[in-house]
Amino acid sequence: MTAGLDAYAPFVGRATIEEIRLLGNRLRGRRVQHVNSTAVGGGVAEILNRLVPLLLELGINTRWDVIRGGDEFYAVTKSIHNALHGQPVTLSDHDIAVYRETTEQNLRNLALSDDIVFIHDPQPAGLVAARTPGSRWIWRCHIDLSAPVASVWEFLRPTVERYDAAVFSAPQFSRVLPIDQVLIAPSIDPLADKNRELDARTVESIVTRLGLDPGRPLVTQVSRFDRLKDPLGVIEAFRLVKKYNDCQLLLVGGSATDDPEGQAVLAECRDRAADDRDIHVVELPPTANVEINALQRASTVVLQKSLREGFGLTVAEALWKAKPVIAGAVGGIPLQITHKYSGVLTHTIEGTAYWIKQLLNAPDFARRLGENGREHVRHNFLLTRHLRDYLLLFLYLGHLGESVIQLDGERP
Amino acid sequence: MPSTMAASPFRFWTRITLTRLTGRRAADLAELVEHLRTVPASVIFHHTHHFLVQHQHLSPEPPNDLAFWVTNVLQEDQLGERLAAIDTVQFPSLEDLRNRVVGVIDGYLETRRELRTAPPGEEFHFMDAISFVLPTGHQARTLAEFAQQIRQVTHGAISYHLFEARLRVGSDDNDFSRWLERDLGEREVAAGVRKLDPYTYTMEGLRQRLFRLIEMRLQPGGSRP
Repeated sequence: MTAGLDAYAPFVGRATIEEIRLLGNRLRGRRVQHVNSTAVGGGVAEILNRLVPLLLELGINTRWDVIRGGDEFYAVTKSIHNALHGQPVTLSDHDIAVYRETTEQNLRNLALSDDIVFIHDPQPAGLVAARTPGSRWIWRCHIDLSAPVASVWEFLRPTVERYDAAVFSAPQFSRVLPIDQVLIAPSIDPLADKNRELDARTVESIVTRLGLDPGRPLVTQVSRFDRLKDPLGVIEAFRLVKKYNDCQLLLVGGSATDDPEGQAVLAECRDRAADDRDIHVVELPPTANVEINALQRASTVVLQKSLREGFGLTVAEALWKAKPVIAGAVGGIPLQITHKYSGVLTHTIEGTAYWIKQLLNAPDFARRLGENGREHVRHNFLLTRHLRDYLLLFLYLGHLGESVIQLDGERP
Repeated sequence: MPSTMAASPFRFWTRITLTRLTGRRAADLAELVEHLRTVPASVIFHHTHHFLVQHQHLSPEPPNDLAFWVTNVLQEDQLGERLAAIDTVQFPSLEDLRNRVVGVIDGYLETRRELRTAPPGEEFHFMDAISFVLPTGHQARTLAEFAQQIRQVTHGAISYHLFEARLRVGSDDNDFSRWLERDLGEREVAAGVRKLDPYTYTMEGLRQRLFRLIEMRLQPGGSRP
């Protein structure tokens, strides 16, 4: 049973909830269909799991479909994902054929006739071929498109241009496109198992169960085992810190069904950690939300040393728990962290090591960073702001190109 | 304690914005000022106002995106300080505000031979605000009701009546002061609100300040805000 909209009032205030209802009233009865590529694991599925029930509560007729594809399709879409993030990957004719064939299969199996069709990320982007007159289509890009491999972007671009609007998580991700582009940052849910308050006993029991010492400082990175999250760089930074500070490192992540590379990266991390008993590499199932919550709460410092990043929701999760966060200044992370005010932004392994030591040795400063970070998340990255932005986007689809939209009545 | 009942209630509206990406970006001051000359006025409004709402806890940090970028990315502290000090509340229109911002940067550029360039990935991105304006359903007929509503409405509503009405809609006064004076005859409270420099408060601080101004008037024997 998911929480209703009113349950968010203690976090964001009653008036914000009223405002969302006012917007929702103007969309009552509209049919909205979300389509993505995985039902579990990864930020997109997590957000949809929480947003869809709230949209339904507002009277918006919302459904969520997941495309189907084989291992070969997901290997191709992982390549596309990496290429769009700027990694030197090219697509072969065979890859393109696999992508198109899976798109065709899904076009045959999915009914795509709602008023608004909301497609998430490149995997299902080709479904726009099925758009019908009168419907509005949105492409939601969750990844960093600031420096894509040109050939792969040129493959995708004509498809994206068939949409009415594209949504990006950070301004630098946008491209030159003939369609409207809007900025909507993703969000975290303060009521979800991954973020809700936990008592100290629960936290300690989980920490102990995973073999960590609750009495010693803990430096943690929570993320998928993905080279773009630089887990090996984290291990290297930790080794620089350990020369001076007694502490433990935890690299913990879930796996997603659409990420075939994860197992290889996990093996590399275990290999690099070797026999250092203070480095813990832990793979948890995608449903281990309470465990992730507890591990973030037990951490002294949280890292997100990404080399490229869509948004980096794990940063918002840690900030919401008032943790000092050190993160790579990439993707959407600078939107979440103002350097030395609500966290620390770094660019190198050495810089990350330097700041870990600083925060371990200056707990008052670390605490202030965490407190500021929590307030920043409260105002900008909670689910209610995300829901409100989606409602605004749905309303905007009826006013494309306008700058001031008066919803009713006469202005004072 | 004043108990005048206004013939027309104050109806609280709100402005909620969705951010539109313009695709324009600047890596140095020359590019920044070039875009500032030609972007729609709503872009100027976005970069001089959204910061207040998005970074509420940061006050008294630089009050607008331009000052923040110039100071923290280009590390042009002197210009950043001048941009932060622009007295936004004094400008009757966005065009006047635009001219002032451009004038400050132009003046600075005349004294500089070399331009600093933003590191890759830290360019300034111009954004536009798509504003949705709608009634909240909250209204007040008396000063006491007005005070009560000020405590309840969103930051977007306070911002709409204090900033938006004046700058984007072109009104010569803020909505609160106009109604307080015209409909309730509360000249001094209206003047007190008019005198506030809303750009130097966080949104929550501004709400508290407004509430205290009215509450002082509501106290027995209270007359001056």
